[in-house]
Amino acid sequence: MSILHTVNKSPYEKNSLDSCLSLASEGSALLLIEDGIYAALKGAAKEPQMKEAAQKMKLYVLGPDLKARGMAEDRVIEGIEVVDYAGFVDLAATHDKVNAWL
Amino acid sequence: MKFAIQVNEGPYQHQAADSAYQFTKAALEKGHEIFRVFFYHDGVNNATKLTTPPQDDRNIVNRWSELAAQYDLDLVVCVAAAQRRGIVDEGEAKRNGKDAENIAPGFRISGLGQLVEAGIQAERLVVFGD
Repeated sequence: MSILHTVNKSPYEKNSLDSCLSLASEGSALLLIEDGIYAALKGAAKEPQMKEAAQKMKLYVLGPDLKARGMAEDRVIEGIEVVDYAGFVDLAATHDKVNAWL
Repeated sequence: MKFAIQVNEGPYQHQAADSAYQFTKAALEKGHEIFRVFFYHDGVNNATKLTTPPQDDRNIVNRWSELAAQYDLDLVVCVAAAQRRGIVDEGEAKRNGKDAENIAPGFRISGLGQLVEAGIQAERLVVFGD
């Protein structure tokens, strides 16, 4: 059972990312959308935690939401893949369930 | 693949309404089926035809209506959430003694059973909210 988790809150505002990472099982995937994209940025306080998470699960960030917040793709931590909405749809289709950490 | 979408937030309030639309559109353009879009909680505000956003802004309500017309989408508004927030169709206006209706084209008002059914019938339920 592979689950695609979506997190839409900044980890510097809410703890939904921490909840997700502590409960997500190995082999699942996480897509950061909306304000969740702030967790994907290089040099930020969450970087070590994201790099650790990348060892057990696939990490993605929604490109249009990065762009909407003025963040260039080269600011994204290595190991986090940038996808567009079509990529979001593909991820939802290729995983067994989609779980939104609202 | 068959998708169902749940929208919990209103337009111009939270990005969830935009994200849900963009996801739905992308899924349709990739040839997937959208079994239903269910508007719940403040999400029912996506269904009022009385909104008039500035001309240089996106029209979130019309955008849903246009997508529904193009792809024959089933846009369902939760009746209890709609009654609380003044989202009314002809039947609801009659039933509750209101002198107007404001449901946008392509939307219909129904019950929570429609969300349960969508969760069962669709292969994936994708939720957008706050």
